[in-house]
Amino acid sequence: MALSAKTRARKAKKHSEVKEVWRRFRKNKAAMIGLGLAILIVLVAVFADVIVPYDRTTTQVAEKRLQGPSSEHPFGTDHLGRDLFARIVHGSRYSLFIGVSTSVLSLVVGCLLGAACGYFGGRLDNVVMRLLDVFMSVPPVLLSLAVVAALGPNLRNLLIAITISCVPGTVRLIRSVVLTVVDQDFIDAARSYGASNLRIIVKYVLPNAIGPIIVHTTMNIANMILSAAGLSFIGMGVQPPAPEWGALLSSARVYMFRAPYLLYFPGSAILMAALSFNLVGDGLRDALDPRLRN
Amino acid sequence: MYRYVLRRLLLTIPVILGAIFLVFTIMSLTPGDPGTLILGMTADKEDIEALNRELGYDKPFLVRFFNYLADIIFRFDFGDSYRTRTPVFQEIFQRFPNTFYLAVGSMALSSILGISLGILSAVRQYSFIDTFFTVMAMFFAAIPGFWLGLMLMLVFSLRLGWLPSSGVDSWRCFILPTATLSAGGAAGLMRLTRSTMLETIRQDYIRTARAKGASETTVIWKHALKNALLPVITSMGMSFGASLGGAIIIETVFGMPGLGTYIVTSIRQKDVPAVSAATLLLSVLFCLIMLVVDLLYAFLNPRIKARYTS
Repeated sequence: MALSAKTRARKAKKHSEVKEVWRRFRKNKAAMIGLGLAILIVLVAVFADVIVPYDRTTTQVAEKRLQGPSSEHPFGTDHLGRDLFARIVHGSRYSLFIGVSTSVLSLVVGCLLGAACGYFGGRLDNVVMRLLDVFMSVPPVLLSLAVVAALGPNLRNLLIAITISCVPGTVRLIRSVVLTVVDQDFIDAARSYGASNLRIIVKYVLPNAIGPIIVHTTMNIANMILSAAGLSFIGMGVQPPAPEWGALLSSARVYMFRAPYLLYFPGSAILMAALSFNLVGDGLRDALDPRLRN
Repeated sequence: MYRYVLRRLLLTIPVILGAIFLVFTIMSLTPGDPGTLILGMTADKEDIEALNRELGYDKPFLVRFFNYLADIIFRFDFGDSYRTRTPVFQEIFQRFPNTFYLAVGSMALSSILGISLGILSAVRQYSFIDTFFTVMAMFFAAIPGFWLGLMLMLVFSLRLGWLPSSGVDSWRCFILPTATLSAGGAAGLMRLTRSTMLETIRQDYIRTARAKGASETTVIWKHALKNALLPVITSMGMSFGASLGGAIIIETVFGMPGLGTYIVTSIRQKDVPAVSAATLLLSVLFCLIMLVVDLLYAFLNPRIKARYTS
């Protein structure tokens, strides 16, 4: 009974902490706008088939090529007469999937390596850090491009390429946050009663470093969406006819003078997606910052 | 101080060697052998094998790597292009200045804009100017660079006809690409400068400076700025890396004959030596800029200076 009371108390404390962060997040107007946009994009991606059936993205109507926005085609049609609205709605799945999956992948690798380096230090830390120096000596876009050049341009390789370019920064961040935690007394306490290293890392170190990690991952989603769109734009990512937003812009370029609306909509979609996650990340940083607590 | 400089210089060498190894390893993951890539799938088997042997492709991976490295170090030879069979370095050398001007110009522009607007916003915190530029920075940090480039091209080249939309024939051709490329960097630097400046202004020594009667200008420019800019300088190095990466994509938008367009066409033609050499050159340039930034940081930061002069 005593134990369950303790667990309940701990849960209640955690609950109130989350509530407190949410209370401060809610007061931030920009962050709430960002959250609203992000939820909207997630809903569009999840219910894409309900909003507009997938075959609308592939149906080519020859006599409807390059038509401006109308009630039938709210965003107009592309050079093959395909409905741009349908293509952008279904394209959200690509951007969101790429942004979230690469951020989560690099988070997993970052937690493994970063926590190990920060916690154990010593030779392991030294070797991994020097290796990361090498990875960071190649500018991220170039590193991604080299990987795509070697493996070939498609969705899977794009995921690998941008994850690789994103991992070093994540490892460094998690290592530095872990370093600030490992010196604290409660870690020594955990060690003194015989907890294993793995248990200490998973139960005590990482939960106490969670704030900056969440902020970094949220911002990463925005960055990954931007780099994926950029690589697809130069033909080194998702290939047409897939309705990825960067690829849409790439094929729209040729017709940009005749049909500038082909640029407006996909570009705004990328901007909105990146902006929303940046705003949420900013809001979370402020809400989690203990110095701003009052 | 020279001990720090020497240490930092020596540290750059293994990193550059590591970068060469990394790029070489990634590029050697390319499926297919150079013989087939050069002569084509339909060529005679024996010709392909003979060419592979001539290029040293039959040797083990590490031997190939050290040959490549030795060629670079001793003969400045980055290999021959699979496509033209001429040394890649010539072509890279011709195109390098375009990328260099673009990256350096946009870094300069984004630093000037970002830092000065950041200071302005911090000094006038919560004013209209502050809100305006902070919101602008939010937007520019999220705008995809290539899209901004296309939009600027649409407005300034097509609608207004003020600036050329492509090429590198005159300095006017560089205006749009440089502006495009600097937008993202300026937004990042502005936000960073604003937040470090705000933090510095709240420090005790600033209050002391005000208390002893220093004018507001002296307080901001002499006491606050120097301390606030230290983290900004570190971030400028990274922002140069982003400029180099961004230049690759922006060159494609504006059809500029630089290293970016070279890399992209070489990837399409599976020209492995060309991609490796251009990637390497840009990475080395990035390492050197990071070196300069680190040295600059050390000279400006009395803490590092003190550690090495004592």
